[in-house]
Amino acid sequence: MTEDQVKQIVIDIIDEIAPDEDTTGLKPEVNLRDQMDLDSMDFLDIVMELRKQHGIEVPEEDYPKLASLDSCAEYLTPKFNAK
Amino acid sequence: MQHSRIVITGVGLTSPNGNTLEEYRKNLLEGVARIQMVDMRYMGEVPAGVCDYDPKKYQTRKELRVGTRAGSVAIYCAREAIDDSGLDFENYDKSRIGVYVGTTEHGNVETEHEVYNISKFDYDTKFWTHHHNPRTVANNPAGEITINMGITGPHYTIGAACAAGNAGLIQALQMLRLGEVDFALAGGVSESTQSFGIFAGFKSQGALGTHPTDVNKTSRPFDKSRNGIVVSEGGCIYTLERLEDAQARGAKILGEIVGYRINSDASDYVLPNPERQAECMRQALAVAGMEPGEVDIVNTHATSTPMGDIQEMKAIAEVFNDCPSTYINNTKGYIGHCMGAAGALELAGNLPSFQDNIIHPTINVEELDPECDLPNLVINEPRKVDAVKVILNNSFGMLGINSALIIKKFED
Repeated sequence: MTEDQVKQIVIDIIDEIAPDEDTTGLKPEVNLRDQMDLDSMDFLDIVMELRKQHGIEVPEEDYPKLASLDSCAEYLTPKFNAK
Repeated sequence: MQHSRIVITGVGLTSPNGNTLEEYRKNLLEGVARIQMVDMRYMGEVPAGVCDYDPKKYQTRKELRVGTRAGSVAIYCAREAIDDSGLDFENYDKSRIGVYVGTTEHGNVETEHEVYNISKFDYDTKFWTHHHNPRTVANNPAGEITINMGITGPHYTIGAACAAGNAGLIQALQMLRLGEVDFALAGGVSESTQSFGIFAGFKSQGALGTHPTDVNKTSRPFDKSRNGIVVSEGGCIYTLERLEDAQARGAKILGEIVGYRINSDASDYVLPNPERQAECMRQALAVAGMEPGEVDIVNTHATSTPMGDIQEMKAIAEVFNDCPSTYINNTKGYIGHCMGAAGALELAGNLPSFQDNIIHPTINVEELDPECDLPNLVINEPRKVDAVKVILNNSFGMLGINSALIIKKFED
């Protein structure tokens, strides 16, 4: 799986959990919370959907690695490819 | 002790047959019931009353995803009530508003959904949502109103089984009289149609209604063939104010709460107790300083169960013996049993009678049960009378909680 594919997976999850947000044109290097109205509960939702839909576990100490699309891809791609 | 007079200045509602008071009232006068078969988890199809208000009118999609159905119903009704009240809400001190929402139960729906969710993951609790606790805390529906509307005064729900709608109004009245708040949003809500456990519980109790041919005739209080409840969702929230405050801002006044009472059967978990119900009505009349004959409409709680309807009629017969101008009606034939919303919604259905002097009937009575046959029971056709000035609104619930609320047409 490529980093772009992982980014799309994260965007698809955000579309589900924050349906009022427009995810087209998200800047991959900018923190998601600086571009959208996401709170800590939303990040827990992202973690839960990664677990439910893809069997990916994100331990609490790694939550900061989900800050931007780029950091998500960097952190999650090896996890997807290790499955 | 001299109390402030408490008046109703606005109403917002959603019922299975209407999303505004105008639509709801029109359907009550035209005999329009709206019950449908819904697919209930583990049970198959069951009759239910479902509301079709637009939840996105006042909530974002994210709020709807995170919150509860009861919260959504409560928000819709509260916003509509504020709009109806004409209050300058934007400039009002939000710390002086109290929110008092009655519920029969809360948390069943969310817990059942979550147990079902983890059943798909071999009951591994790491898939249990972090939204569970804020969704299931008992104050959820009232709390969702405050978040949505930016209200910073007190909020809580009043758990009072199916007497909860009246109980919410009574709580608000008391808080206004104590001076704890200056403006109140109060009533009741229900999301019970999403809980299979509530349907299955009534079914196991032999109290879930069915009809062989017409789902809209399933709920048929006082009919000889009645066989149980139709579980419904819904909500009705009123704005309440002290009379002097309402008059100072030139509010329209829909009615005045002049009497109320809540008491307890202290006898059984589910079976009603007509002696205590009668006592509740008499005590509400005493608070109002009224004689039974001064009441124009008694709204019955009757839920279409074989025993409950008879017991309530016994209680009414005792209190309203020889009251030729007191009429009796019921709303559950149209909308089923809206549980925590029932008392508040049923009152709303009767409030327009203060203006049009028409009493909507109980419907679906093909053969009146002789044991429910009271003089002046309004059956199947609306009744026009000379004047409606006083409504007594009954609402009873499990564990033997009885409530009676008396509303008077406003006279300065």
